[in-house]
Amino acid sequence: MKHEPFFWISVSCGIVIMAFILLPLIQMMSAPSVGMLKETIQDKDVVRSIWLSIYTAGLAALISFVLGTPLAYLLARSAFRGKRLVESIIDLPIAIPHPVVGIAILSVAGKNYWIGQILSELGIRIMGSVTGIVTVLTFVGLPFYLNATKTGFEGISPRLEKVSRSLGASLFSTFFRITFPLAWRSMLIGLIMCCARAISEFGAVVIVAYHPMIAPVMIYERFEAYGLKYSQPVAVWLVSISLILFFLLRILTLHKVKE
Amino acid sequence: MITIRGLNIDLREFQLRNINLEIAENEFFILMGPTGAGKTVLLEAIAGLIPLMSGKILIGEREITGLPPEKRGISIVYQDYALFPHLTVLQNITYGLHFHRIDKTHAEKRLDRLLEVLNLFGLKQRFPVNLSGGEKQRVALARALMVEPKVLLLDEPLSALDPNFREEVRGALKRLHQSSTTTFLMVTHDFVEVLSLAGRAAVMNKGRIEQTGHVKEIFEKPASPFVADFVGMKNLFKASFNETYAMVSGVRIEIGRTVDPSSQYLAVRPEDIIISRNKFSSSMRNNYSGIITQINNQGFYYEIAVQIKDVSFKGLITKGALIELVLEEGIPVYVSFKASAVHVF
Repeated sequence: MKHEPFFWISVSCGIVIMAFILLPLIQMMSAPSVGMLKETIQDKDVVRSIWLSIYTAGLAALISFVLGTPLAYLLARSAFRGKRLVESIIDLPIAIPHPVVGIAILSVAGKNYWIGQILSELGIRIMGSVTGIVTVLTFVGLPFYLNATKTGFEGISPRLEKVSRSLGASLFSTFFRITFPLAWRSMLIGLIMCCARAISEFGAVVIVAYHPMIAPVMIYERFEAYGLKYSQPVAVWLVSISLILFFLLRILTLHKVKE
Repeated sequence: MITIRGLNIDLREFQLRNINLEIAENEFFILMGPTGAGKTVLLEAIAGLIPLMSGKILIGEREITGLPPEKRGISIVYQDYALFPHLTVLQNITYGLHFHRIDKTHAEKRLDRLLEVLNLFGLKQRFPVNLSGGEKQRVALARALMVEPKVLLLDEPLSALDPNFREEVRGALKRLHQSSTTTFLMVTHDFVEVLSLAGRAAVMNKGRIEQTGHVKEIFEKPASPFVADFVGMKNLFKASFNETYAMVSGVRIEIGRTVDPSSQYLAVRPEDIIISRNKFSSSMRNNYSGIITQINNQGFYYEIAVQIKDVSFKGLITKGALIELVLEEGIPVYVSFKASAVHVF
């Protein structure tokens, strides 16, 4: 069959986009020598910062899961005045420039604001602390979890829940026996997206907590101080470990479905 | 027994107004009405899935108005089956047992009986995605009845099925109703289902109940022009009434009884109208001569429109009768019907 010109235009655009995304990444990943990579991963500071990146992102996803799931369910199931407004507010963190997020969080956590005062009385510090990093990552990651999970809930017919209720299941049992088993895949995708977004955050974190250093901050610091060559190996390790974790998670969960 | 008193519902897109209904225990009751009449809303309100604005719902002597759906003992079956896609047929059917204290041997017996009546033995381990429409609806029925509900609500359970499956599931419904003490309340558009399953029925329109009564009564004596039109009264005319007869655009129609002077309409079912080539000698009080203006093929029947003065009557005849009487458009015929076939409202 002879293809229309439009087909060839689409294919060409596709190739350009693939190259645009992949070439810089491949170049970066293959730039450092094996020896250098080895040396880098033996550096305790590097390991600590990568680990900090991963577990703060994980915590942000966990908080999003706990706080976001009920809200996602509410938004998927009910129509109420101001629902659009709530949905727009949820999307706000996606649109705000990252350093602004950091500044905004510091302004409520500062001692001049009542939340900051309560926090300081409780002995909780946001500025320059792991708590601060997790707060920022949750702020930027939450919309991704909420939206993915909401879409998942919307894909489940409310009639399944209605039938479950009529058969004697409470709202709670219905959620755990019907809604959750049908929505967990969307929730997992939401968690992965939330995590991925959190791991990649730099601009907001650098304002709230330069130290302790998460991996993107360390990559930036090394780039500033020593140049491209010293920042690349850390970047390679961060990207590799994150990708491996996400792939493992997906493989594990997809495997379960087949059973 | 289900008793509904003064029920009002206000959803954005639907409103139910002053619904009053009494359904006897173990009755097979049918709700009819056009799309958008509020039938599904009424079912979901009875099941406790939609909040009421006002009114009361009782099952027997027990008021259930404020109870959550899981405490009502009312099962619901939807047109689109609503099977749980992540559970097998067997897990679907026994789902409700998790929440009911039913003796294990009793439950097993009940399960076997439902599997047998609904012919589901071979499908126990399958997932819903691998079932045909008829099989899915049989599973949904088994699931709903497994918990021995006091009331079973059926929302157009047969309308998504192919005709042959429809007959099969309809038969199963009838058997299940006859062999249980559950009250069945079903929504349908299909008159075949109404006539073959129901004892009594109600016709709904725009959130209100237009008429409640025995199926025969609704079909033969519609209480309003809407019901008449809905159940297929083709000959529906505005009339003026004088003692025992009525005038419709200059045509005098004998009713044979005195009627409520506030009546405004009169109707005759097409199948009660006899069309003949020669004057029909019988006890029928209404006999007219007219001209055939139209013959419509309606599948099993032909609808014949006969013009009598300014009034067009429609009658139904079989294809055999059409050929035998050599009827065609433009020829003169006689139209007859009994006074008792005239409905006044």
